[in-house]
Formats: sequence, C-alpha cells, structure tokens
Amino acid sequence: MSDDSDNKAYWSANLRLVGICLVIWAIASFGFAILLRPLVAGISVGGTDLGFWFAQQGSILVFLVLIFFYAWRMNALDREHGVDEE
Amino acid sequence: MDQTTLNFIVVGASFALYFGIAIWARAASTSEFYAAGRGVNPIVNGMATAADWMSAASFISMAGLIAFVGYNNSLFLMGWTGGYVLMAMLLAPYLRKFGKFTVPEFVGDRYYSNAARVVAVICLIVISVTYVIGQMRGAGIAFSRFLEVPIDIGLYIAGFVVLVYAVLGGMKGITYTQVAQYCVLIVAYTIPAIFISLQLTGNPIPGLGLFSTMSEGTAGAGQHLLVTLDGLLTDLGFREYTATTNPWLMALYTLSLMIGTAGLPHVIIRFFTVPKVSDARWSAGWALVFIALLYLTAPAVGAMARLNITTTMWPAGIEGEAVSEAELPDWFETWKVTGLLGVEDKNGDGLIQYYNDANPDMAAIAEERGWAGNELVTFNRDILVLANPEIAQLPGWVIALIAAGGIAAALSTAAGLLLAISSAISHDLIKSVFRPDISESGELLAARISMVVSICVAVYLGLNPPGFAAQVVALAFGLAAATLFPTLMMGIFSKRMNSAGAIAGMLAGLISTCLYLFLYLGFLFIPGTAVFDSSQYLFGIPPTHFGPIGALFNFIAAFLVSRATAAPPQEIQDLVESVRVPRGAGAAQAH
Repeated sequence: MSDDSDNKAYWSANLRLVGICLVIWAIASFGFAILLRPLVAGISVGGTDLGFWFAQQGSILVFLVLIFFYAWRMNALDREHGVDEE
Repeated sequence: MDQTTLNFIVVGASFALYFGIAIWARAASTSEFYAAGRGVNPIVNGMATAADWMSAASFISMAGLIAFVGYNNSLFLMGWTGGYVLMAMLLAPYLRKFGKFTVPEFVGDRYYSNAARVVAVICLIVISVTYVIGQMRGAGIAFSRFLEVPIDIGLYIAGFVVLVYAVLGGMKGITYTQVAQYCVLIVAYTIPAIFISLQLTGNPIPGLGLFSTMSEGTAGAGQHLLVTLDGLLTDLGFREYTATTNPWLMALYTLSLMIGTAGLPHVIIRFFTVPKVSDARWSAGWALVFIALLYLTAPAVGAMARLNITTTMWPAGIEGEAVSEAELPDWFETWKVTGLLGVEDKNGDGLIQYYNDANPDMAAIAEERGWAGNELVTFNRDILVLANPEIAQLPGWVIALIAAGGIAAALSTAAGLLLAISSAISHDLIKSVFRPDISESGELLAARISMVVSICVAVYLGLNPPGFAAQVVALAFGLAAATLFPTLMMGIFSKRMNSAGAIAGMLAGLISTCLYLFLYLGFLFIPGTAVFDSSQYLFGIPPTHFGPIGALFNFIAAFLVSRATAAPPQEIQDLVESVRVPRGAGAAQAH
C-alpha cells in the first residue's frame, strides 16, 4: 500500500491537472465562444467568425478532448503513485 | 400503406425490443436494481448515459430553440455539454469510489447526518419529479401526433412501457433499454439532418455543412450558408442569425446550465454502474461522445430549417412575390391541424408574407408593398425536428423513425429519473431512516413498489400538468446547481467541511434560489403572487440564470459555518482520503 506522503503528492498532481483542464474549458466556452468573441472576430470560419464556430461546434469538441485527456492522464497517475485498482 | 400504420409498426417494433430487453435483464438483487451489479462496460454506460440525459427537450425542442434565436441560444449547446467536464473531473470518479447506490447516501454518510441526507432527498425529488412531468408530456404529444391516439391514452401506454422494464429490471433493465433507445433516437435525428445538409450544401456531415457554401441550384448558390441566412433574415427585419446580444447574461446562463447538469442526480447515479474508478472517467468521455453526435448536429438542423422555412415562404426571393396560400407545401397542412402552425392572410391578397412586423424599420417597406403584418402567425419551435423529414421530402419510414426517436428520448429520460426517485425513497428513506433492519429481498420489494408509485404519480402529473411546468424546469436546474453540486464537490475536495457547514450551505442555496424564483415568478409559481416583474431583476439577472449565484451562496455559507464549528471526526476525514484514491474500489462494492 502507498503511504500518506505519496497520497498527498497524488492528490496535488490531480488538483493541478483538474486546474489546467478547467482553465481550457473556460477559455473555449466562456472565452472564445462568448466574452472574447469580439477579440477573435477577425478570424473568419465558413461565412462567420471563430466565436460563432466555438459556440456551436468548437467548445463541444474541446470538452470531449479534455475529458479523454483527463481520463488518460489520471489513469497513468494512478499507476505512477501506486493507487490504481488491482 | 398509410403513414399512421407505418408509424405504428416502427414504434411497436421499438417497444417489442424494449420488452425483450426487460425480460433478459431482470434484476435479482438490490445491487442489480440500483447499480446494474456494477458490471456495465464504460462505453455501454456512456451510451446509456447519453440516452438518459438527452430528453424530449434535447431531441424535440433544442434545434428549434437555436433556429429562432440564432447564436445566443448556443448557450444550450455549451451549457448542456460543458457540465460533463465538471462531472468527469469533480464528481463521478470519486462518487464511484465511494461505492454506494444513491446521491443522498453520499451526502448522509460524508456529513454523518440523517438531516443532511433528508435535505438531499428532498432536493432530488423536487428536481426529478419536475423533469418527469416534461418527459411524460413529450411522450404523450409524440403519441397523439404520430399515432393519432388521444394524449391521455398515449400517456397510459408510455407509463405501461416504462413500468414493465423499470420495475422488472431496475437499473440493469433501464441501462440496456437506454442503449437501444439511444440507437433509435440518434438514427432518427441524424438521417433527416444528413439529407438536408446534402441538399443545401452537398456536405453529408451537418456540422460541417453549417459552415459550407450553398450548392448549385439553391437560393444562395456559391455563398456561405450562414451569410445567406443572415442576409435573408436582415432583409425581413429579423436579427442577424450570428449576432450577439448580451454576452454577460449568456455566460451566466451557460454556467447555470453547466453546474446544474453536473448536479443532476439521475445522471450521477449512472456512473455507479461501471466496475472501476478508471472506468467512470472513461465513461464520462464516452457519454459526451454519444451526446455530441446529436449536439453537433442540432445547430445545423436549426440553421438549415430556418433557411428552408424562409425560402419556402419566399420562393421567388424577398424582392419577388411571397408564397401563395394554395402553394404551401403539404407538411403545412398536416401541422396546421395540430394548431402548432398557423397562417392568416391579413391583407387578403392570397399570399402569405413572412417578416418581422415588430421591427419599426419594416413599417415603410410593408406599407409600400401592401403588407398588413406577419402572416405566418404561429410557428411552434417544437415542430421543427418533428417536421424535418417532411420538409426535406424524405420517405415515410423516416417520419416513422422520428416518432420512435421522440418517444425513445422521452422514455429513456423518464426511466432514469424514476429510478433516481424510487431508489432515494426505498434506500435513503425506508432502509436508512425508517427501517434499518429491512432484509435484502424486503428492500428490493420496497424499491419495486416505490417505482410503481413513482410511475403512477408521473402519469398523473403528465395528465394534469401544473400550469407552471416551464418555470419549474428553471427551478430544477437552479436547485441542482445551488444545492447538490456544491455539497457533493465540497464533500470530496474539502476535508475540513463538516455537517453543520454542509447543511447551512444546502439551505442557503435552496432558500436563496426558491426566494429569487418565487419573488419574480410567483409564490410556488401561483399566477398573480409575483412581487416584482421582469423589469426589476436584481442586476438584470433573470430567475433562470440564478443557479451560479445560488451555488455561490451555498459555498460561502458552508465555508463560514464550517470554519466556526469543529472539524469533522477522524473517521470522516479518513473516508474523504479513501474517496480520493481509486485503490480499493473493488472492496467497496461489498455492501
């Protein structure tokens, strides 16, 4: 079994990963798709601007990538810290 | 063969499939009834979660919501998918590790308090019952439109079908039925969308077609679809499809839907059915894959339908004559009968002019051309998806498939909600609070009886929907965001959070949300009891957007009260430690 300090390191690695993922989550949805839309309005995509594309397609694709990336990284972290399920 | 017979055959075949699954997947133990024996493959669970989550609202209403508003209503797309990121990273794997059967059970054990558990049960029941009403109505309407049976008969049939597989199979039966229902609904949704996208843009993938140029032979050949649509709409006095109105309110509503989604108990319990913590992580991703297949298609369905309707009304372009009443397509006639679609030749010229008569800039044009107001007087947004195959002139079996798909979307969500309600009653109230000595077979019987009672209540509420159904949905999301989500999250991420803090937080979220809704929408939504009207919103925030603010109150109250009171006992801190690491999830299965 793993000891306490290893569990602490595992947990802070998890928190760091969740933090990074949620920053990207917020930039893709609240950022590009809504509040920062005027900033990226210059980039045109299929007859409209990048913000519109993010609002109707891009943000959902980013969410998908994030969840799979998180699952893959966490399952690897489980093994590195010896807390995976046997 | 006429269309109704064909609809009966396709819908009947889908029901036969659900019954077959029900007999195959009978539940023999409480673990099978509540959590499908924790033996569900993560991809299968992802598919079941997608069907569980995508309700009659996602299937029938969402494309219409986007079509008639445009960019602003993208908030439904982002809000209802973005919540899965929160669920996958902040809740699902840890709750799976905890290894129990219901959401209130985690609240009760983590906060070592039956009071906290009962508050959680109350929140869960309010949220889920609200949702069920909408599903039963949706199924009833699909029955009456496609099978030409009265709504009340449709509701009895819907109730009976759910009864068979949910009571027999519990979570196990519901899971495998939801997989079948997902297949029916996604095929029904995407086939018409693919054909329409091909007709308009030549691109078979609707999500790409939305950003493509129009095909030869269409109104705006060679021009981007969205440019064509924006042009048509502004010429008719409507707002541009791609225009932004209030980004801050849009962001707040999106956040409200995201947190609300992550806190919905009937979705959370789906992650209890997978064998391992790592499976719960993957499963959230698979759920979003299956949801995204519909959610990436919906905005294309919306924009293309809006374009098709506009060009149908103006076959010779806006400079030319409007469509004559005699030349309206057949599907207009079919839907006029339902009262969901209506035209009125106000200026008596035999033509139907469709434009935005509320826009003052249109007054001069209307006077010059002899228009006397918008003549497409009713166009219910819910028709859009249901009429889509007819608009695209697809064969009868596609229309029948849409009927089966709409019913599948409603039934799969209803079943998931009913399981959440009945397991909260049998497991959290009967087993944990009133009769802790109940035997396994006694609890299984109690679970089945609670399920039957829940279905009867749902059918009754479907037959007699409270007049405030739409407002209550705002309450459901607001409560999920303001009560369950913060409480569950703090239970995992804050070891210091104690019983007093959690109860204070839940009450702060519950009371502030109810108060804000009741002040603006009426006490218990009774008409005429509202204290303020929509011009007096605090900081301009509508009640539907209140979720994140209620959640903030929950967090603040919980933090302050927990810091002022003693830390939770050592065994609870150990419990939090153990929930945070996956190792040992297998052992936690033994209940």
